[in-house]
Amino acid sequence: MNIAQFLTIFISAVFIYNVILSRFLGLCSFVAISKETKPALAMSLSVMFVTTMSSIITWFIYQFLLIPFHLTYLRTISFILVIATFVQFVEMVIRKISPPMYRFFGIYLPLITVNCAVLGVAVLNSDMFFVNGKAIPGSFLYSLFQGICVGLGYTLAMLLMSGIRERLDLCNVPKAVKDFPLAFIIASIMSLSFLGFNGFKF
Amino acid sequence: MKKYFYEFLKGIIKENPTFVLVLGLCPTLAVSVSVINGIGMGFAATFVIVGSNIIISMFKKVIPDRIRIPCFIVIIATFVTITELVMKAYSPALNRALGIYVPLIVVNCIVLGRAEAYAQKETVVNSLMDGVGMGVGFTLALILISGIRELLGAGQLMGYTAIKGFEPAFVFGMPSGALLVIGLLLGFFNILKGGRE
Repeated sequence: MNIAQFLTIFISAVFIYNVILSRFLGLCSFVAISKETKPALAMSLSVMFVTTMSSIITWFIYQFLLIPFHLTYLRTISFILVIATFVQFVEMVIRKISPPMYRFFGIYLPLITVNCAVLGVAVLNSDMFFVNGKAIPGSFLYSLFQGICVGLGYTLAMLLMSGIRERLDLCNVPKAVKDFPLAFIIASIMSLSFLGFNGFKF
Repeated sequence: MKKYFYEFLKGIIKENPTFVLVLGLCPTLAVSVSVINGIGMGFAATFVIVGSNIIISMFKKVIPDRIRIPCFIVIIATFVTITELVMKAYSPALNRALGIYVPLIVVNCIVLGRAEAYAQKETVVNSLMDGVGMGVGFTLALILISGIRELLGAGQLMGYTAIKGFEPAFVFGMPSGALLVIGLLLGFFNILKGGRE
């Protein structure tokens, strides 16, 4: 476990293999919600929270439940059930504690369950930090940190995109490429620029 | 009989999941680097959609409404696990190529979307035809996108060099090219659908 590994995780999750622009996880919510900054910010913060917590919970499940009982083939089912339950639980808690915040999030909260980024980071963690069925030293901290960084990368891409699209609202756009196609073309240019981060090494 | 055929056909053109409903884009763009990967993912997703549509339609009277989403997810995840294990056993190369996107079929919006919008209301045979139609539409869309990307990005098609003396543009093999191709294709189909300005 060394600092360089943490820096590598950060750089790759946020820049080089950005969740949205490189791995395409969370694309549906990306093009649907990035039209204005405020909802985009709310969505990305909630996604970051869910990815972090689900990284923690799924690590425990994988390490102490699936591996000892040789049930690793149940990884997909158990991970997605845990994530769905956790999101439901968070929704209930927010509804109880702060109804205005619950109304602010609206429909975005249940939508995070099917956000590919959440299940994606859990599967990535179990692929990257478990070798031959055993956890590499420090894998819990790596998984937790990767969960946070994936959320950060998601937030970065969302904020950039919403800023661009807010300005695009004021321009004349051909009817054929309005909304979705234009969002994808912009995302493609963003992804191209992120390619420039390749080759970053420690 | 004609109604069943209509259900099947609608998944291919009128309600194509990729180009009309704009669902399930995450795996579409990620695996469409080559046509073979695209076809593999298409078949896997078709199996999951058909299977889960049938089961959910069979149990639609039994599943309580308040917890229907977790129930759907369990059923879909079961089929995805079956697909994953079969792929690992019989085509490990394809499994390695598709990577993390095989387990991610669980949260593929197409599968859950069809379950929510269709299978829980319609009969078993209707759901079956709808599932097959959606799966075929998805596979065709994947073939189209990966065909373009493989042709322009690697100068090959299914591993055979298609055009001699053509230096491919690598960008189409990269994520950036994928987003560009889907954006332009969506715009193109928009033009086909309803006149341009």
